[in-house]
This record gives sequence, structure tokens and C-alpha cells, in this order.
Amino acid sequence: MQFDQILQYVLSGFSTGAIYALIGIGFSIIYNATGIINFAQGEFVMLGGLLTLSCLQIFNLPLWAAIPCAVSASTVVGILFERLAIRPLRQPTPINLVIITIGGSILIRGLAMLVWGKDTHSIPAFSGDAPIAIGGATILPQHLWILAITLIIILANKLYFYHTISGKAMRACAYNRRAAGLVGIDVRRMVLFSFIISSAMGAVAGIIVAPLTMTAYDVGVMLGLKGFCAAIIGGMSSGISTVIGGLILGVLESLGAGLISSGYKDAIAFIILLLILFIRPQGLFGKADSERV
Amino acid sequence: MNFACMSFVIMAITVLFSATSFAAAPIKIGALFAVTGPAAFLGEPERNTAKMVVDEINKAGGVKGRKLELVVYDTTGDATKAVQLATKLIKDDKVVAIIGPSTTGETMAVIPVAEKEQVPLISCSAGSKITDPVKKWVFKTAQNDALAVGRIYEHLQKTKQTSVSILTVSDGFGASGREQLKSQAAKYGITIVSDDTYGPKDTDMTAQLTKIRGSHSHAIICWGTNPGPALVAKNVRQLGIKTPLFMSHGVSSKKFIELAGEAAEGVKLPSGKVLVCDLLPKTESQKKSLVSFVKDYQNHYKAEGDHFGGHAWDAVMLLKNAIEHGGDKPSSIRDQLERTTNFCGIGGTFTYSAQDHAGLRKDAFVLVEIKNKDWVIVK
Amino acid sequence: MRRDLLFFSGFSLLVMLAPQLFKGGYLMNVLVFVGINTMLAIALNLLLGYAGQISLGHAGFFGLGAYLSGILTTTANLNPWLAMPLAAIIVGCLAGTIGFPILKLKGHYLAMATLGLGIIIYIVFNETIELTGGPSGLSGIPNLKLAGISFDSDVKNYYLIWGMALAVMLFSINLANSRVGRALRAVHDSEVAAQVLGVNARLLKVQIFALSAVISSLAGSLYAHTMTFISPTSFGFNFSIELLTMVVIGGLGSIYGSFLGAALLTLLPEFLRGANDYDIIIYGGLLVVMVMFMPGGMVRGIPAAFRKVVRRKEVRDHA
Repeated sequence: MQFDQILQYVLSGFSTGAIYALIGIGFSIIYNATGIINFAQGEFVMLGGLLTLSCLQIFNLPLWAAIPCAVSASTVVGILFERLAIRPLRQPTPINLVIITIGGSILIRGLAMLVWGKDTHSIPAFSGDAPIAIGGATILPQHLWILAITLIIILANKLYFYHTISGKAMRACAYNRRAAGLVGIDVRRMVLFSFIISSAMGAVAGIIVAPLTMTAYDVGVMLGLKGFCAAIIGGMSSGISTVIGGLILGVLESLGAGLISSGYKDAIAFIILLLILFIRPQGLFGKADSERV
Repeated sequence: MNFACMSFVIMAITVLFSATSFAAAPIKIGALFAVTGPAAFLGEPERNTAKMVVDEINKAGGVKGRKLELVVYDTTGDATKAVQLATKLIKDDKVVAIIGPSTTGETMAVIPVAEKEQVPLISCSAGSKITDPVKKWVFKTAQNDALAVGRIYEHLQKTKQTSVSILTVSDGFGASGREQLKSQAAKYGITIVSDDTYGPKDTDMTAQLTKIRGSHSHAIICWGTNPGPALVAKNVRQLGIKTPLFMSHGVSSKKFIELAGEAAEGVKLPSGKVLVCDLLPKTESQKKSLVSFVKDYQNHYKAEGDHFGGHAWDAVMLLKNAIEHGGDKPSSIRDQLERTTNFCGIGGTFTYSAQDHAGLRKDAFVLVEIKNKDWVIVK
Repeated sequence: MRRDLLFFSGFSLLVMLAPQLFKGGYLMNVLVFVGINTMLAIALNLLLGYAGQISLGHAGFFGLGAYLSGILTTTANLNPWLAMPLAAIIVGCLAGTIGFPILKLKGHYLAMATLGLGIIIYIVFNETIELTGGPSGLSGIPNLKLAGISFDSDVKNYYLIWGMALAVMLFSINLANSRVGRALRAVHDSEVAAQVLGVNARLLKVQIFALSAVISSLAGSLYAHTMTFISPTSFGFNFSIELLTMVVIGGLGSIYGSFLGAALLTLLPEFLRGANDYDIIIYGGLLVVMVMFMPGGMVRGIPAAFRKVVRRKEVRDHA
């Protein structure tokens, strides 16, 4: 086993892992603000990619203009979703919320299928696709974009959650929603905010991967699932631990495929995850807290 | 209800009855295609083509003066649904024959139903085991994987590339291809030095390809359907692998070139002749069918007809011929289908017999290479 | 208790008479699948609705039952009636073993772990080609035979599967009304409180998990023997989610609710078939609307809606 092979596995793992992380953070933000596991998160990833495609092809926008358009359009879908499906819910038990987000994701996927058809589409890379060599391994310029944008988003998140009033209010909701309401925080607005942020983030993730992975109406399912896993490994945090969770998942998959068996690579990743959970039932980074009765 | 209304209803009923007594009842044909779901890239062109061909036949006066009626159901690529819908076609719609399903898995699931209810089934999927061993009521129009593998191996043998790496998708199509790739290798003096798979929804295959790069094989064969192989082609380019890359007939459509872009250049693959019908010599017996299919499809759907649609074209035309020769009873359709000889379709020239319900020879495939975003026949 | 029994007898009678109404045909075939899905929904409901433990991997147990039955009868040439309990025992033991570490987890960690378990099982079906036939599936599974009758038609299968489904229902109703059922509900509400009252919550959760897996496995075996062909796609993550939806839409913690949910989600695609590509949108939209307007599931929502209509009518009559 040569060093450059291992390096390639790790680099490949990082680039897929970064995407899982971005999607995972979207899951965490909504979960923390609302207690909802939003199974429609993957659909925003799909929307980001496909809307960019439409902006490029139908409206003939340049890429730098197409991306913000696509992100804002996806965000509008996110707002509509919160307003029409989540807010009017009469009995928002966690399980009802899960089912309603599943229903919502099926609905969005179906609409996307009607609008964009069932074909896979490709989007041009941001800055060419001439491979870059790093010590025997190669990556594409797009991988650098992915890593850079992920980093920027995480930093922006950090700033927002720790240095702005509404970010702090949102964290308050995450700790205790009733208490947050009591001190005058508009919890429902925070819920809406969380949907806006995470749908925008999902869309960004969808846009930056589309040149590498291509996009279609049904890409959201698998990416959403992986992002969900990343979020859980990271203990549903909206910060660095979810990023680590995503990277761990990506690298495990890549190493599993390269060193053990490509057919079982997802299984290998999940077995390791299960073992981690068995040893640390409170998550990789969580502190064991005493249970409230 | 007033008098005017009543008389209108009576009139309508009379008209209806007289209409049915003039023209004979239409002949019902069932079709099961995976129009949505992961195999939609097969099911959609198949459904479009089948509808188009049936329309054309009816416009030209039908079969022996009777119209054909096509009942299409969407299986979504799910074997359970395919079985349910096959039962529905037979029991509720009372069809005389069934076209489809689109995938090998679904076809294998539907076969017991067709055999038990004694209704001819013309599958549009490629798996060799559909007609091997021969089942009394089951035929197929899609070219066997075995033929496609044979085409590639023949070329490799000729160019003395004797060690290959295979990378197959882990679904029915890939599994069937992998089986054929492994079982035929020895016959052509080829050794498989690395055997890997990827998931149908995977977004990055660099890990598998890094491993393949380390195996130093003469050629890489990737077996899958869009978009996976396009990603493989892109990843091969990213890793700077110079080994020749072969694909399966599963990506023989313009879509692949569009998705893989630059990375598609130089990729070779076996394909049905529909893809290169303009390049074929005039002496080619299939040429007439091919050109008319491509033109029709362009007119109807403003899109390029591909060879998946061709499977449905062949199935409907084979059925039409069988009904013309022997009437519309399922058993006579079956018998006539088995007597089909030298039918020039889209997938190839079909000759069915009691021992062969697949009906095609190796010449059903040509090996093509992608050059300047277009197809070139490899001599 | 007596009222329960009376209601159940009425329900069974209705189920057994249904074939007379539909006179064979395609609908019988769909109703067979309603039966199988009812069993699965009940199995999941015991876990989710009564014990309050989520599982996103139940399609895995369903698939294990189907594959074990399929493999034992085709490659090992075992009698299907022997293969079925054997498969159930194996699946039960497996679920029992894995249950101890998995059920230590809570909330979304449990969801994640069961989801992972389901995916691992699915991958094993796909990859162990020598055993399962891989993605191309396993064919040639024999039909069940009883006293010279082969269960090879929809009507015969209907009676077979609904016989089983009714047995599962009766068993579950009794279980829910027993000491165990009350202990389960106690665990659902508060595990610590249940422990204090002397319920061995941990063991109980594992037991109900194993029981749920065994019922799913039985449903899987029946599925394999009626379809005679199985392939991994029927047992993926999507089906786990569909089962979850059946349970919730039907009504958590209600056996008849599980039947309603299974019936709705199995029959719905049949009615939507005419809508072509729009069916997926209608399906998704309906799920959202159902949860919005019947948050307690159909088993509570329909009577409530009915009462509302009656009350409104009364008001109008008085006016």
C-alpha cells in the first residue's frame, strides 16, 4: 500500500465529507431551533443545483449571478414549507413533524420531477477542471471551492450564533424553548429563521457539488441521509463537531471502498458508526447528561 | 330530468352502441415500464416509443382492421409493483400480451405470473437469465449483456489488452454485467485483475479508481447506467489515469456525452445500431427501421430516439406481426412470435425459435468510440 | 375486554367476507399486500406506539425474514412451513442480541442506529450474491402448501395471509391489554418512573423489539412465498419510512389504526395510478394534509371528523 494511494483516499473522503457536513449543519440548525429532524433537508440540496441550472440555461445568467438567484429561490421554498406545513400543525409531536417533513420532501421532489424531468443534468465547474496534483494525489479546483465555501459558511455561522442578537436568541431556543419564550424571544420567528438559514445552506451545498456529482430531481435523498448521519455523529451541533462528523463519514467511506471492499463501503461506515454509538450512546462529542424525569 | 335531456341520453347510447357494432373491439396490449423511479431513463423512452408506435399503427388502419389499445402502467422500478400490475393487466384489463418490464429484476418477478396465466411477455430488459433457460411464454427484445461483453472482449483480444479492471454498479444491470464479464473472460484469454463496485447513488468513485490505478491493468471496463459512468469518466480524468476506458451499452445515448463532457473523449462502448444509424452503409438490413424510428421519435417528442426506446419499438412491432399472422389469442400470439425470422428491428435482426427467445446475434452491437462529442464506429 | 372481542370478531368476519364482494380480480392481489403491510405496521406500532421506541430499519427485518425463507427453501430445500419459524427464530435472536446495545440509545441516536442497521442489512442482501442472488434477486421460491392445497392464487393467498394477520392482530390486542402492555405504556411515558415501579424497562424494550422483529420476519416469509421472487429493492430505506408513515397516519398505539394506515398507503397508489406523473405529488401532499388535519392518525381523526359533521347537522336541525 503506497502513501499516495492513502493520501488520495483521504483527500477524496474530505471532499465528499465537506458536503455531508454542510448538509448536516442544515439538519442541526433546524433541529436545535425546533426539535424537528427535517427530512426535506436533502431536497434543498437538489433545488440548489437544479435552480442554478435553470438560471444558467433559461435566463442565461452568468454563474456568479445564477448562484445567489438559486439560493434565494430555494430559501423562498424553505419559507413556504415552514409557513404552509410546519407552522399550521396542530399537534407538533416529534413523530408527526418527521412524517410531515417526509411528506413535504416527497412533494418537493415530485414537483421538481415535473419541472426538470427525470434526467440527470450537469453544471460547469466554477473554475475549469484541470486536475491539481498534491504529492501524488490529485484533486480538482472544484474541491478547493467546496472546502473554502464550507469553511466560510462555518465561520459565518459561528459569527451569527455567537455575536448577533438573533443568533443568540436562536441558541436560547435550542437550550430551552419555553424559557426563551418567557424572556421575550419570538420562538416562532426563530423557527422561521432556522428554516431560512438551513434551506439556504442546503442550496449552497447543492450548488457547489453539482459540477462534481451532477444533479437530478432525486439526488436529495441519499445526500440528505448522509448529511443526517454527519449531524448525528456530531451530536446535532451546528458547529465544528458536525463538520468533523461529516469528514469522518466521508473518509471512512473512501478508505472502506479503497482498502476493504467497495461493495460494502457504506456498510463499513455504518458499522463503525454503530460501534461508536454503542460505546458512547450520547454521541461522539456529547457529554453524558443526567436524564430529566 | 326533462324530455330533451332524456332524448339526448338515449341518442348518445344508440350512437355508442352502433359505433361499437361497426368497428370490432380494439385489441388490448399491456405494457409495464418503470416510467418513474431510478430506472426512469429506461421506462420513459420505452413508454413514449410504445405509445408512438401504437398510434402510428392505428393511424395506418390498425391490425387487420382492428385498432390496438395500449394499457401502460408505471412500475416505478419496483418488483412488487410490477407483479401486482402484471396481474392487473391480465385479470382486469384482459390484455392479450404484455410488453416490458424495463429492468431485469422486475422481469424475473413477473415471469411466474406470465407463465401461470399463459400470457406472452416481451421483456425490454437485458439480463441473460430472462430467456436462459427458455421459458414458454417469455421473449425479450433488449440485447443480452453477454453480447455486449463479447463485443468488448473481442476488441480487447484483437488489440492484445489482456488484463482488465472492472467497476460495476451494484444494481441489477451492473450485477448481470459483472457476472458476464467474469464468466466470459477466460474464453477470450483475459484476466480480471481488480473487481470493484459502486452504489447507484454514489457521487465519487475516486477511491475505487485509485485502487484500480494501482493494479496496472490494460483496460478499465465500467458497467452501469447514467449518471454513474459519467462520474467514473470524470474521476478517471481527474486522477490522470491513461488506461483505455470502456463502458457498457447502458450509457449509449447523447446524455452520457453531455454529462461527462470532455472526459467522455476516447471512451469506447458497445451500442445498438440506432446510435450510429446515419453512419451505417446502405446495405445494412436494419437501416430502414432505424432511420424511420429516429425520425418518428424526433417528430413526436423533439428528442433523440435512443436504443432503450428501440426495445419497445421492437416489442410492439413483433407483436403486431404476430397478431397479423395468427390472430389475437395469447396462445397463437406466442406461437407466431416463436416463428419470427429475420425481423429487422432497432435492437438487431430477430430470429426466435423454440430454443431461443432472445433472438439476436453478436452483430446486434457495434463498438463505438466518442470523438469530438460524437460517435465513431470502431473498425 | 368483551367489547374488544366483539369488535374483533366483527372485523374478522368482514375481512373473511371481502373476497365474496370483489369476486377475484386484481383488487384481491392488492388486498393480499394490505394484509402483509398490516402485519408489518402492527409490528412497528408495538415498538413505536406502545413502547415509544423509534425504528427506521424495520424493512431490514422484513427482508431478513423473506430472504431466510427464500434461501432455506430454495438452496436448502427445506419445507416452507419449517423455514418460516426457523427464519423467525433467527431474526428474533438477532434482534434480541442487537437490541441490548441499540435500545440503550435514545431519540435521534436511536433513529440513526436503526437506520444504519437497516442499511447494513440491505447492503448485505445486495452483496452476498452467491447466497441471495444480489441485486438481480432470488427467484423460484416455492408457494406454501397445506393438506394438498397449494397457495398459488390471490384468493387462496388472501385467506392465508389474512388468517395470519388476524392472528397477529388478536395477539397484539391481547398483549396491549395485558400487564405487559401497561408496563410498555409506562416505559413510553417515563422510563425512570417505570423502573421505580418495578418494570425492568431495559429487558422489556429488548423483548418488544425482538417480538416486533419476529412479526416482521413472519410477514417477510409470507411475502416471499406469495411473490415467489424477492429482490433487495423491496427492503430498502424507503420502505422503512413507508412503514413508519403507515403507523403514524393510521394512529400510534392503535392496532386497528395500523390496519387503516396500511390499507390507505397500499391502496392509495392504486387510485392515483390514473394521475400518471402527478401521483407522487398527490401522495406527498396528502401525507402533509393528513398529519395537519388528523394529527392523532386516522383512527382518532375520522371519528372526530364524523362527530363534528353530526354535531353541525344537529345544530342546523335545531335552528
